Amino acid sequence: MADEIKTLSAELARDPHSLVFLRLGDLLRQRGQLDAAHRVALNGLERHPHLPDAHDLYARILADKRDYERAFDEWDMARRIAPGHMGALKGLAFLYFKVGDVAQAVAHLEEAERVAPDDFAIQQALAMVRGQPMGSAAARTSGHAGLQPGSPSAPSAPSAPSAPSTPPPAPLPPPPAVAEEPIAPPAGPLEDRRVFAGLEGAQEGLLLLDAAGRVLGGALRDWNGADVTEAVAAYLAGVSLEAGRTAKLLGLGAWTGLAAEGQLGHIHLAQPGPDALLLLVRDRSVPMGRLAIIAQRAAMTARRWLEQQA
Amino acid sequence: MTAAGYARTLDLVTRVRGVRGAMLVSSDDGLVVAEHLMEGIKGSAVAALAASLANRLRRAMVAAGVGASVFWHLQCEQGALLVVPAASAIIVVAVAEPDVNVGLVRLELLRAAEAV
Repeated sequence: MADEIKTLSAELARDPHSLVFLRLGDLLRQRGQLDAAHRVALNGLERHPHLPDAHDLYARILADKRDYERAFDEWDMARRIAPGHMGALKGLAFLYFKVGDVAQAVAHLEEAERVAPDDFAIQQALAMVRGQPMGSAAARTSGHAGLQPGSPSAPSAPSAPSAPSTPPPAPLPPPPAVAEEPIAPPAGPLEDRRVFAGLEGAQEGLLLLDAAGRVLGGALRDWNGADVTEAVAAYLAGVSLEAGRTAKLLGLGAWTGLAAEGQLGHIHLAQPGPDALLLLVRDRSVPMGRLAIIAQRAAMTARRWLEQQA
Repeated sequence: MTAAGYARTLDLVTRVRGVRGAMLVSSDDGLVVAEHLMEGIKGSAVAALAASLANRLRRAMVAAGVGASVFWHLQCEQGALLVVPAASAIIVVAVAEPDVNVGLVRLELLRAAEAV
């Protein structure tokens, strides 16, 4: 496998537009080199944004990183481009199964079965999923063993039961409260990561600060995986006050958001409360407009959480 | 660049419908380099605050690993402040109505930033 990775890397370096990134990204994913796989997939996606297999690859990597909501978006995109895409159908089934929406998991697997009626792995997965009562805890926590065997597209997340502290995925678009209801426990005092449970990227890239730049919830890592939460929080202290002063001086009323485009990623700042600041960070693959929508949802959740703490 | 050159650059931005004014601001000290503003906007104060906000954001964004800012947009109830940092320690600032075409202003700001 290492030799193949080397060969594919060299080929990709020679021709950055080559489709070998699909195989290379998947090999890296299988070896657990998720950050490298992530980079390869993202570069490939930038060059081939309409290639369903590229979205499928990226989704599998995100799922392995337990970034389920973004994985959902990528599989959803792959299916929009190619409605019968097997990897996307299996991936979406897996995610629905994981949040306990057995009906949707079955519907996606049935669609996959129609595309590939002889695929034994799908039949096996269907039999297993149908054996679970709708929305049961067992369905949510028994992993996705039935979706995994022989499936090149199924994410390789462990099949052990999910720990209750794991932020739940929320692949469905409706309001977060609905999506997180079945699994999300009520946020306890300063259980920081749970402030955003159920929201996209709840594990990372979302940060809630107080006016003094102290972290109230969330976490932030740079592309190398280093924890930069405290550093970013310190720099952002006072931004809210300064933004407010600028808006007032210009007679523009209260500020409602600050969106910034960086060379490598985007950020969005919102004010969920008078003394709080919410930061959302995403790579450049997430358009600014979508970032604003995610930020609005996160701000609503943060607002509720802040009210509970008051 | 001459004063006329600056004026032409700002004119590209202020021609966009909904833009109430544009400025070139020194990002180091927050002083106005050139301005083309509607009546009632306190250019020097806005420049100082915009530069301060730009510097704070730049540091936070670099720390967060997303690189230096290319464009930022402060959304307010009754308008917006849109900023593009240029390479020459200058930031290009636009003050706009709430219903402005942000995408178009962004393009013109980027073009202006290239010119200065």
